[in-house]
Amino acid sequence: MLHFLLFSIFGAIAVAGAINLLMQRHPINSALSLIAVMASLAVEYLLLGAEFVAAVQVIVYAGAIMVLFVFVIMLLNAGEEERTDGSRVAALFGIPAMLVGAVLVAWTLLKHSGTGEVALGALPGAPTTIGWLLFHDYLLPFEVTSILVLIAIMGAVVLAARPEATAQRPRKEGA
Amino acid sequence: MVPLSYYLILSGILFSCGVVGFLIKRNLITIFMCIELMLNGVNLSFVAFAAHWHALSGQVFVFFVMVVAAAETAVGLAIIIAVFRTRETLNVDQVNLLKL
Repeated sequence: MLHFLLFSIFGAIAVAGAINLLMQRHPINSALSLIAVMASLAVEYLLLGAEFVAAVQVIVYAGAIMVLFVFVIMLLNAGEEERTDGSRVAALFGIPAMLVGAVLVAWTLLKHSGTGEVALGALPGAPTTIGWLLFHDYLLPFEVTSILVLIAIMGAVVLAARPEATAQRPRKEGA
Repeated sequence: MVPLSYYLILSGILFSCGVVGFLIKRNLITIFMCIELMLNGVNLSFVAFAAHWHALSGQVFVFFVMVVAAAETAVGLAIIIAVFRTRETLNVDQVNLLKL
Protein backbone atom coordinates (compact mmCIF):
# COMPACT_ATOMS: atom_id res chain seq x y z
CA MET A 1 0.00 0.00 0.00
CA LEU A 2 2.79 2.39 0.95
CA HIS A 3 4.63 1.35 -2.18
CA PHE A 4 1.64 2.18 -4.35
CA LEU A 5 1.08 5.50 -2.55
CA LEU A 6 4.70 6.59 -3.09
CA PHE A 7 4.57 5.38 -6.69
CA SER A 8 1.45 7.42 -7.47
CA ILE A 9 2.63 10.59 -5.67
CA PHE A 10 6.02 10.71 -7.38
CA GLY A 11 4.61 9.47 -10.68
CA ALA A 12 2.13 12.36 -10.58
CA ILE A 13 4.97 14.80 -9.84
CA ALA A 14 6.95 13.39 -12.78
CA VAL A 15 4.02 13.70 -15.21
CA ALA A 16 3.17 17.20 -13.95
CA GLY A 17 6.78 18.25 -14.41
CA ALA A 18 6.88 16.81 -17.92
CA ILE A 19 3.68 18.68 -18.89
CA ASN A 20 4.99 21.86 -17.26
CA LEU A 21 8.14 21.48 -19.37
CA LEU A 22 5.95 21.65 -22.47
CA MET A 23 3.82 24.54 -21.21
CA GLN A 24 6.55 26.91 -20.06
CA ARG A 25 7.86 29.39 -22.58
CA HIS A 26 11.06 30.35 -20.86
CA PRO A 27 13.83 27.70 -21.10
CA ILE A 28 14.94 28.21 -17.49
CA ASN A 29 11.45 27.25 -16.23
CA SER A 30 11.52 24.18 -18.49
CA ALA A 31 14.92 23.23 -17.07
CA LEU A 32 13.69 23.53 -13.47
CA SER A 33 10.63 21.35 -14.17
CA LEU A 34 12.91 18.79 -15.85
CA ILE A 35 14.95 18.69 -12.61
CA ALA A 36 11.70 17.95 -10.73
CA VAL A 37 10.96 15.09 -13.17
CA MET A 38 14.44 13.63 -12.67
CA ALA A 39 14.30 13.87 -8.87
CA SER A 40 10.93 12.11 -8.72
CA LEU A 41 12.22 9.45 -11.14
CA ALA A 42 15.09 8.84 -8.68
CA VAL A 43 12.47 8.04 -6.02
CA GLU A 44 10.79 5.63 -8.46
CA TYR A 45 14.14 3.90 -8.96
CA LEU A 46 14.53 3.59 -5.18
CA LEU A 47 11.06 2.01 -5.01
CA LEU A 48 12.19 -0.52 -7.62
CA GLY A 49 15.22 -1.36 -5.48
CA ALA A 50 17.75 0.24 -7.79
CA GLU A 51 19.81 2.17 -5.23
CA PHE A 52 22.82 2.66 -7.48
CA VAL A 53 20.74 3.95 -10.40
CA ALA A 54 18.87 6.32 -8.08
CA ALA A 55 22.13 7.79 -6.76
CA VAL A 56 23.57 8.14 -10.27
CA GLN A 57 20.31 9.72 -11.45
CA VAL A 58 20.59 12.45 -8.83
CA ILE A 59 24.35 12.98 -9.21
CA VAL A 60 24.74 12.76 -12.99
CA TYR A 61 21.35 13.74 -14.40
CA ALA A 62 19.83 16.15 -11.89
CA GLY A 63 23.29 17.36 -10.91
CA ALA A 64 25.81 17.51 -13.72
CA ILE A 65 23.69 17.48 -16.89
CA MET A 66 21.07 19.93 -15.68
CA VAL A 67 23.73 22.29 -14.30
CA LEU A 68 25.24 22.24 -17.80
CA PHE A 69 21.82 23.09 -19.28
CA VAL A 70 21.18 25.95 -16.85
CA PHE A 71 24.72 27.23 -17.41
CA VAL A 72 24.22 27.34 -21.19
CA ILE A 73 20.80 29.02 -20.82
CA MET A 74 22.40 31.70 -18.65
CA LEU A 75 25.42 32.02 -20.95
CA LEU A 76 23.35 32.54 -24.09
CA ASN A 77 20.82 34.73 -22.24
CA ALA A 78 17.98 32.76 -23.84
CA GLY A 79 14.71 34.66 -23.75
CA GLU A 80 11.13 33.54 -24.17
CA GLU A 81 10.48 31.57 -27.31
CA GLU A 82 8.21 32.98 -29.98
CA ARG A 83 5.21 30.87 -30.79
CA THR A 84 4.71 30.21 -34.48
CA ASP A 85 1.60 28.76 -36.05
CA GLY A 86 1.98 25.09 -36.87
CA SER A 87 1.42 23.82 -40.35
CA ARG A 88 -2.12 23.05 -41.46
CA VAL A 89 -1.25 19.43 -42.28
CA ALA A 90 -0.01 18.91 -38.72
CA ALA A 91 -3.23 20.32 -37.25
CA LEU A 92 -5.32 18.14 -39.58
CA PHE A 93 -3.54 14.81 -39.15
CA GLY A 94 -1.73 15.29 -35.85
CA ILE A 95 -4.58 14.74 -33.42
CA PRO A 96 -6.09 11.68 -35.17
CA ALA A 97 -2.61 10.15 -35.50
CA MET A 98 -1.97 10.77 -31.80
CA LEU A 99 -5.30 9.10 -30.89
CA VAL A 100 -4.50 6.09 -33.09
CA GLY A 101 -1.07 5.81 -31.43
CA ALA A 102 -2.56 6.04 -27.92
CA VAL A 103 -5.18 3.38 -28.73
CA LEU A 104 -2.47 1.12 -30.15
CA VAL A 105 -0.26 1.47 -27.05
CA ALA A 106 -3.21 0.96 -24.67
CA TRP A 107 -4.35 -2.13 -26.59
CA THR A 108 -0.85 -3.64 -26.47
CA LEU A 109 -0.55 -2.92 -22.73
CA LEU A 110 -3.96 -4.43 -21.97
CA LYS A 111 -3.24 -7.47 -24.11
CA HIS A 112 0.05 -8.21 -22.36
CA SER A 113 -0.86 -6.89 -18.93
CA GLY A 114 -0.37 -10.30 -17.28
CA THR A 115 3.23 -9.31 -16.59
CA GLY A 116 2.89 -9.49 -12.82
CA GLU A 117 3.75 -7.06 -10.06
CA VAL A 118 6.84 -5.46 -8.59
CA ALA A 119 7.37 -5.59 -4.85
CA LEU A 120 9.15 -2.95 -2.80
CA GLY A 121 12.87 -3.67 -2.85
CA ALA A 122 12.41 -6.92 -4.77
CA LEU A 123 15.86 -6.77 -6.28
CA PRO A 124 19.20 -6.18 -4.55
CA GLY A 125 20.39 -3.32 -6.73
CA ALA A 126 23.19 -2.51 -4.29
CA PRO A 127 26.25 -0.71 -5.67
CA THR A 128 28.43 -3.76 -4.87
CA THR A 129 26.60 -6.09 -7.23
CA ILE A 130 26.30 -3.44 -9.94
CA GLY A 131 30.02 -2.73 -9.69
CA TRP A 132 30.81 -6.44 -9.92
CA LEU A 133 28.66 -6.75 -13.06
CA LEU A 134 30.13 -3.61 -14.56
CA PHE A 135 33.76 -4.68 -14.14
CA HIS A 136 33.34 -8.37 -14.99
CA ASP A 137 30.54 -9.02 -17.47
CA TYR A 138 30.44 -5.57 -19.04
CA LEU A 139 34.08 -4.58 -18.89
CA LEU A 140 34.50 -4.06 -22.65
CA PRO A 141 31.40 -1.83 -23.07
CA PHE A 142 32.53 0.09 -19.98
CA GLU A 143 35.93 0.81 -21.51
CA VAL A 144 34.32 1.72 -24.84
CA THR A 145 32.07 4.26 -23.10
CA SER A 146 35.12 5.78 -21.43
CA ILE A 147 36.64 6.33 -24.88
CA LEU A 148 33.29 7.79 -26.01
CA VAL A 149 33.31 10.27 -23.12
CA LEU A 150 36.91 11.24 -23.96
CA ILE A 151 35.93 11.92 -27.59
CA ALA A 152 32.87 13.89 -26.40
CA ILE A 153 35.07 16.08 -24.17
CA MET A 154 37.42 16.83 -27.06
CA GLY A 155 34.49 17.49 -29.41
CA ALA A 156 32.88 19.87 -26.94
CA VAL A 157 36.13 21.80 -26.51
CA VAL A 158 36.65 22.06 -30.29
CA LEU A 159 33.03 23.07 -31.02
CA ALA A 160 32.69 25.61 -28.23
CA ALA A 161 36.07 27.24 -28.87
CA ARG A 162 35.98 30.86 -29.98
CA PRO A 163 35.59 31.13 -33.77
CA GLU A 164 38.44 33.68 -34.00
CA ALA A 165 40.89 31.25 -32.42
CA THR A 166 40.07 28.51 -34.92
CA ALA A 167 39.81 30.86 -37.91
CA GLN A 168 43.21 32.45 -37.34
CA ARG A 169 45.17 29.23 -37.31
CA PRO A 170 45.10 28.44 -41.07
CA ARG A 171 46.00 32.03 -41.90
CA LYS A 172 49.13 31.84 -39.75
CA GLU A 173 50.14 28.56 -41.40
CA GLY A 174 49.71 30.11 -44.84
CA ALA A 175 51.80 33.17 -43.97
CA MET B 1 2.82 -4.04 -4.79
CA VAL B 2 2.59 -2.07 -8.00
CA PRO B 3 1.83 -3.82 -11.30
CA LEU B 4 4.68 -3.65 -13.79
CA SER B 5 2.34 -2.16 -16.39
CA TYR B 6 1.90 0.97 -14.22
CA TYR B 7 5.62 1.65 -14.43
CA LEU B 8 5.51 1.05 -18.18
CA ILE B 9 2.55 3.43 -18.57
CA LEU B 10 4.41 6.11 -16.58
CA SER B 11 7.48 5.67 -18.74
CA GLY B 12 5.31 5.78 -21.87
CA ILE B 13 3.70 9.05 -20.73
CA LEU B 14 7.10 10.62 -20.08
CA PHE B 15 8.40 9.43 -23.45
CA SER B 16 5.38 10.80 -25.33
CA CYS B 17 5.69 14.14 -23.49
CA GLY B 18 9.27 14.23 -24.76
CA VAL B 19 8.17 13.45 -28.33
CA VAL B 20 5.44 16.13 -28.26
CA GLY B 21 7.87 18.71 -26.87
CA PHE B 22 10.46 17.78 -29.48
CA LEU B 23 7.88 18.46 -32.19
CA ILE B 24 6.16 21.61 -30.87
CA LYS B 25 8.99 23.50 -29.14
CA ARG B 26 10.82 26.22 -31.05
CA ASN B 27 13.78 26.80 -28.73
CA LEU B 28 16.89 24.69 -29.42
CA ILE B 29 17.72 24.22 -25.73
CA THR B 30 14.16 23.19 -24.85
CA ILE B 31 14.13 20.69 -27.72
CA PHE B 32 17.33 19.26 -26.27
CA MET B 33 15.73 18.97 -22.83
CA CYS B 34 12.83 17.05 -24.40
CA ILE B 35 15.34 14.51 -25.73
CA GLU B 36 16.63 14.09 -22.16
CA LEU B 37 13.03 13.53 -21.04
CA MET B 38 12.65 10.74 -23.62
CA LEU B 39 15.85 9.09 -22.38
CA ASN B 40 14.54 9.27 -18.81
CA GLY B 41 11.30 7.55 -19.82
CA VAL B 42 13.25 4.73 -21.45
CA ASN B 43 15.47 4.40 -18.35
CA LEU B 44 12.41 3.93 -16.15
CA SER B 45 11.17 1.03 -18.28
CA PHE B 46 14.69 -0.50 -18.18
CA VAL B 47 14.73 -0.42 -14.37
CA ALA B 48 11.15 -1.69 -14.12
CA PHE B 49 11.92 -4.69 -16.35
CA ALA B 50 15.15 -5.33 -14.43
CA ALA B 51 13.18 -5.49 -11.18
CA HIS B 52 10.52 -7.68 -12.76
CA TRP B 53 12.84 -10.29 -14.25
CA HIS B 54 15.44 -10.10 -11.46
CA ALA B 55 18.09 -9.29 -14.05
CA LEU B 56 20.60 -6.70 -12.88
CA SER B 57 21.84 -6.18 -16.44
CA GLY B 58 18.95 -3.77 -16.95
CA GLN B 59 20.41 -1.41 -14.38
CA VAL B 60 23.84 -1.63 -16.00
CA PHE B 61 22.23 -0.62 -19.30
CA VAL B 62 20.66 2.38 -17.56
CA PHE B 63 24.17 3.33 -16.47
CA PHE B 64 25.36 3.15 -20.09
CA VAL B 65 22.39 5.21 -21.28
CA MET B 66 23.29 7.88 -18.71
CA VAL B 67 26.92 7.97 -19.86
CA VAL B 68 25.87 8.31 -23.50
CA ALA B 69 23.37 11.02 -22.51
CA ALA B 70 26.09 12.94 -20.68
CA ALA B 71 28.39 12.76 -23.73
CA GLU B 72 25.52 13.78 -26.02
CA THR B 73 24.66 16.74 -23.78
CA ALA B 74 28.25 18.01 -23.74
CA VAL B 75 28.59 17.86 -27.54
CA GLY B 76 25.05 19.09 -28.20
CA LEU B 77 25.34 22.13 -25.96
CA ALA B 78 28.70 22.97 -27.57
CA ILE B 79 26.97 22.83 -30.97
CA ILE B 80 24.18 25.08 -29.64
CA ILE B 81 26.78 27.61 -28.44
CA ALA B 82 28.47 27.51 -31.87
CA VAL B 83 25.10 27.99 -33.63
CA PHE B 84 24.23 30.92 -31.36
CA ARG B 85 27.61 32.57 -32.07
CA THR B 86 27.01 32.57 -35.82
CA ARG B 87 23.22 33.06 -35.96
CA GLU B 88 22.50 35.13 -32.81
CA THR B 89 19.29 33.15 -32.36
CA LEU B 90 18.05 29.94 -30.75
CA ASN B 91 14.84 29.71 -32.77
CA VAL B 92 14.87 26.58 -34.93
CA ASP B 93 12.73 28.26 -37.59
CA GLN B 94 15.58 30.68 -38.25
CA VAL B 95 18.25 28.00 -38.23
CA ASN B 96 17.40 26.34 -41.53
CA LEU B 97 20.75 26.27 -43.32
CA LEU B 98 23.68 23.97 -42.61
CA LYS B 99 25.92 26.56 -44.23
CA LEU B 100 27.36 29.15 -41.89
